[in-house]
Amino acid sequence: MSEPAITLYRLQSCPFCERAVRKLQEYDLEYTSRFVEPMHSDRDVVKRESGVRTVPVIVDENTGVTMAESANIVEYLDRTYGEQSGEARAGATANVAGEQS
Amino acid sequence: MDLEFDVVDLGEPDNPDEGDRAPDFERPLVNDEYWEDTSLSELTAEGPVALVFYPMDGAFPATYIWNELRDRDIDSYDVTVVGLSISTPYEHKTLLEERTIEDTGIRLFSDPSNEVAEQYGIVNDLDGMHGVDEPRTATFVIDGERTVQYAWAAREHPEFPDYDEFEAAVEDAADD
Repeated sequence: MSEPAITLYRLQSCPFCERAVRKLQEYDLEYTSRFVEPMHSDRDVVKRESGVRTVPVIVDENTGVTMAESANIVEYLDRTYGEQSGEARAGATANVAGEQS
Repeated sequence: MDLEFDVVDLGEPDNPDEGDRAPDFERPLVNDEYWEDTSLSELTAEGPVALVFYPMDGAFPATYIWNELRDRDIDSYDVTVVGLSISTPYEHKTLLEERTIEDTGIRLFSDPSNEVAEQYGIVNDLDGMHGVDEPRTATFVIDGERTVQYAWAAREHPEFPDYDEFEAAVEDAADD
């Protein structure tokens, strides 16, 4: 069985993570979910991967991108896999919201 | 066996035996840092697997079994060691820490539905816990082709694995 190229580090019931999940599903992307602990101090794996302890974090081997922050992730997925991927990306950047997860 | 106290007789298990193909399953597999859906066949694709079914995390057999396997360095052989109980991933993370096996390669499958035990013919219905069943204690060594090389399942509750026999089977699998 081949591993999906995309790995999502997520926390159960975390709305910011669900936002990233909805976007992955919208674009029919295969991904592996890795669930981490609620305690930030127990998230060494996330820190190693991304430099931060917040989730979600996405690791995309298709592009070599590792990224935190749900708004950034959503924007990245739109830009990379959405209809706006390629040159017409002006609209996507406008979607970046300011919330922190 | 003539015991001074009562144990529950579970009758004959219906588990896959040596030479049978081990049923495949996919469940969240918990390590020290995260859990992710993993199938038995993914593990056997990497080499032999020692699979330990045990009573729910927190029950004393779970504690004894993992203390014993830890003390035997069961993970030192070239075999993937995984446990399986009905406990949640959160409880598995606690067990890994409390048994101080979080830095070994040992990982634990979480199967609250107990369907894997059903596939393996080793369901133990728990008296006094309505709606809750779990696997009998059982140990399997499964090779890279997913063929069972060693199988043991409890016939009484509680009953502990024959650790020497199990470890010898693990060692054999590592040598193959």
